Amino acid sequence: MSLLTAPTLAHYLVLGAILFAISMAGIFLNRKNVIIILMAIELMLLAVNLNFIAFSHYLDDMAGQVFVFFILTVAAAEAAIGLAILVLLFRNAGTIDVDDLGDLKG
Amino acid sequence: MSFQTATFYVFSAILILAALRVVTTRNPVHAALWLVLCFFSAAAIWLLLHAEFLAIALVLVYVGAVMVLFLFVVMMLDVNFDTLRKDFKSYIPVATIVGILVLIEMALVVIGSGAGDAPAPAAGGSESNTRELGKLLYVDYVYPFEIAAVILLVAIIAAIALAQRRRRDSKYQDPGLQVKVRPAERVRLVDVPVENKE
Repeated sequence: MSLLTAPTLAHYLVLGAILFAISMAGIFLNRKNVIIILMAIELMLLAVNLNFIAFSHYLDDMAGQVFVFFILTVAAAEAAIGLAILVLLFRNAGTIDVDDLGDLKG
Repeated sequence: MSFQTATFYVFSAILILAALRVVTTRNPVHAALWLVLCFFSAAAIWLLLHAEFLAIALVLVYVGAVMVLFLFVVMMLDVNFDTLRKDFKSYIPVATIVGILVLIEMALVVIGSGAGDAPAPAAGGSESNTRELGKLLYVDYVYPFEIAAVILLVAIIAAIALAQRRRRDSKYQDPGLQVKVRPAERVRLVDVPVENKE
């Protein structure tokens, strides 16, 4: 993997890994703020999708792109439900601080 | 250094910078806007990989719908975001360590296994990416496609059911009660004595 040649599969995979690591660190950094955590999860899904598309291109198999299509569908549904739960949470608890949300703790 | 390489590095740099800003910025509205930039750069990189349909879908679905949803929710919530960032600095070391560990592990797997040395494919087929994807989706993957539609329906119903506000003081009609009502409950016949004026 030399840096200045035409991008190879490894370039895209490392880019996906960097993106995944950033969002992982983001979850640790913002571990009180549910909204930023949701955004970091979207970033993780983006990194995974990037890997799928890179493999799909370099192995010349369209199934990878179909899978990305389904991931996009499920991620959109997840974002909608997650944000609805967030709104409900804020309405009932008055906070979105993760530390204050221990109501189910026995 | 070809044009493709330069494009890849420019958009990768923008993508990584924007991702860093998403997780470090103070204001969640700004985080959402940086995330929009992330999605745009990722769509450009997907174009480099000849995934034209998915790149456009990413811009339409994510930038156009999901991020607008995020912005709506962030602006609707009346939260003091500074209190949520109180311990932000104390988490920086552990977050950096975990991030670098994850990155090193993944890079070792990618570079060490030789998986990244796959040769670039020959110039793609004559068909457009959208047509190829459509043929796969509607023929080979038609049942998963239908299931995806059901998942979206479930998500719609769940989101509406969760976010619907049932106010106690709002006035509404109950059709069941309206149908069941009997004349005796609504009309009261009063005997009025007839008065003879003469």
